[in-house]
Amino acid sequence: MNTLRYIAFRLMQAIPVLLGVSIITFTLMAATPGDPVRLLVGDRASAETIALIRDRYGLDEPILMQYFTYLKNLVVGDLGASLRYRVPVSQLITQHYPVTLFLVIYTIVLTLPPVIALAVWSAKRQNGPADQVIRMLGVLGLAVPVFWLALLFARFFGVTLGWFPVSGFGETILDHFRHLFLPALSTAIWVVPILVRTLRAALLEEMNRDYVVTGQSKGLGDRQIFRTHVFPNSVLPTLNLFAVIVAYLLGGSVIVETVYAVPGMGKLMVDSILARDYFVVQGATLVFALTTILVMLAVDLLSALIDPRVTP
Amino acid sequence: MFVTGVVLVLIWGLIAAAAPLMATHDPYAIDFGAILKAPGEAHWFGTDNVGRDTYSRVVYGARLALYIGLLGVIAPLVIGMTIGLVAGYFGGWVDTVAMRAVDITVPFPFFVLVLSIVAVLGPGIENYFIALALVGWVGYARLARAEALVLRQSEFVLAARTMGFSHGYILLRHVLPNALSPVVVYLMTDVTLVILFGAALGFLGMGVPPPAAEWGVMIAEGQTYISSAWWISFFPGLAMVLIGVGFALIGDGLARMLRIER
Repeated sequence: MNTLRYIAFRLMQAIPVLLGVSIITFTLMAATPGDPVRLLVGDRASAETIALIRDRYGLDEPILMQYFTYLKNLVVGDLGASLRYRVPVSQLITQHYPVTLFLVIYTIVLTLPPVIALAVWSAKRQNGPADQVIRMLGVLGLAVPVFWLALLFARFFGVTLGWFPVSGFGETILDHFRHLFLPALSTAIWVVPILVRTLRAALLEEMNRDYVVTGQSKGLGDRQIFRTHVFPNSVLPTLNLFAVIVAYLLGGSVIVETVYAVPGMGKLMVDSILARDYFVVQGATLVFALTTILVMLAVDLLSALIDPRVTP
Repeated sequence: MFVTGVVLVLIWGLIAAAAPLMATHDPYAIDFGAILKAPGEAHWFGTDNVGRDTYSRVVYGARLALYIGLLGVIAPLVIGMTIGLVAGYFGGWVDTVAMRAVDITVPFPFFVLVLSIVAVLGPGIENYFIALALVGWVGYARLARAEALVLRQSEFVLAARTMGFSHGYILLRHVLPNALSPVVVYLMTDVTLVILFGAALGFLGMGVPPPAAEWGVMIAEGQTYISSAWWISFFPGLAMVLIGVGFALIGDGLARMLRIER
C-alpha cells in the first residue's frame, strides 16, 4: 500500500516539472529573434496564410495565452512544423528518435561489463593500485573531448583497420550494431568513470555492514556473501544515477551523432540549429527533457518496487 | 597528483601568456607552399589545408581555452552561490522557489540546453557565456544550499545572531567561507567542462567563429583531412586533454585534501 501511495505521489510530482520544462522550451521559442510565422511560411506567403497560422498558434494573443495555446498543442502532439522539410516536427522526431534511443541503450549495454568489473575489482582491493586506476580514469573521462575521441576512433578503427563503418545507421538490425559501435564506444568512455565511482562507493559501504559479519559467522564464504548480499544491495544507489547518465548520454549523442553522421535526434538538432529551423530545435529540446523525466520516473518507481523502504 | 595538476595548469598559463614568443609561425599566416605538411622540423605539428602552422595555432589556442574556461565559470559561480546560500540560509518560500527552478532545469541534458540557448541567441562566445549564466548556476546553487542548510544551525551562526549581527553580515563572513570547499572542488570540474563544451560549440560551428585558432574549430577543420593529415585534429585535441587533466587533477586533489565525497 505504501508503495502504491509513493508511486501516485511520484507521478503527481512529475506534473510541475513537466510544466516547468514546457515553460523553458516556450521561452526559448518566444525569445527567438524575428517573427516565427515569417520563418515558417517564408517571405512569399500571402497575408491570409500568415493570419491563419498566427491564429492557429495564437500568436496575436498576450504571451500568457500564447503559452496556454502552446501547452494545448503539446498535449495533442503538435510541436509546430519544420521550415526546412515542410513536415510536422513530430514526424521528424518519430523518424529520428528510435536511432538515438538505440544508441543510448547500446552505449549502456557496452558500459555495464567494464563498470561492474572495475568497480568490483577496486572495491575488493581498497587503497591498492586499483584505486589509482579508477582515479586516473575519472580524470581522463572528464578531460577527453568526446568529439575528438570519436574522430580518432573513426580514423583508426574505421579507416586504418576498416573494422567498422564510420558513418550512418545502416539498414538491418545487425547493420545498426555495426554502425553504432564506434559512436557508442566514444560515449561510453565518458560515462564509465562516473558509474564505476558510484558503484564502487556503494559496494564499499555495503561490505562494511553488519550482515556481512553475520554471514561470515554463519560460515558463508566471502564470495557467496558478495554475490548474494553485497552486490544486489549496491545496485540500487547506482540505479538512482541512471537518469543523470541518460541525460549525459543524450547530451553526448548530439556531438557523437554529428561526428559519425548518425541520423538521430542529436544530429537533427545540430542541423536544425545551423539551418535556423527553430521549431525543430525547440521540439528536440523538449523531447530530450521528456526522456530524462521518464527515465527518472521509471528509476524511482523501480526502486520503490525493489525496495519497499523507498519513500519520499 | 595535485601538484601535477597545478604544474600543468601553470604551464598552460605560461604558454598562453607567452604565445607570441612560443609560436614559431604566425597562427593565421596562410602559406600555399606548405599545405598539409606532416609534422617535421619546419612545422613541429605539421600544417593544415591552407598551410597554417598547427603548432603555433595550438599555442595561441591556449589563450582562448583559458579565456573561455576562466571567464565562463564566473557568472554561474556568483549567481549559483548567491541563490544557494540565500535559499539554504533563509529557507521558506525563497528556498522553495529556488529549488523548483533547479528541478525544472535538471531534466535537460546540460549541453542540449546550452546549445538551444545559443541557437536562439546566435553563435559566438558571448552568447555561450550568457547560456552558461542562465543554466550553469544550478550545480553551484545545489552545493551552496546544502552547506548553508547545515551551517545555519551551527553554533557559531546562532551565536552571531544572538550577538545581533545582521543576516547579510553572517552570510558573508560566516556562512560563505565555510561553504566554499565543495564549491571550489566543483569549480575545477566546471572549468574543464566549460572549456570542453566551448570547444564542442566551436567544433559544431556555434562557438568562436573560424578562422580563429580555437581548438574546437581546429579539430573541425581537420575532420575532412583526418585520413591523410591526422595531425590537424590530433594536436588541438591532445592540448585539450592536457589542459582538462590539469584542472581535473586539481579538483581531484582538493577533494581528497578537503575530504569531500563526490
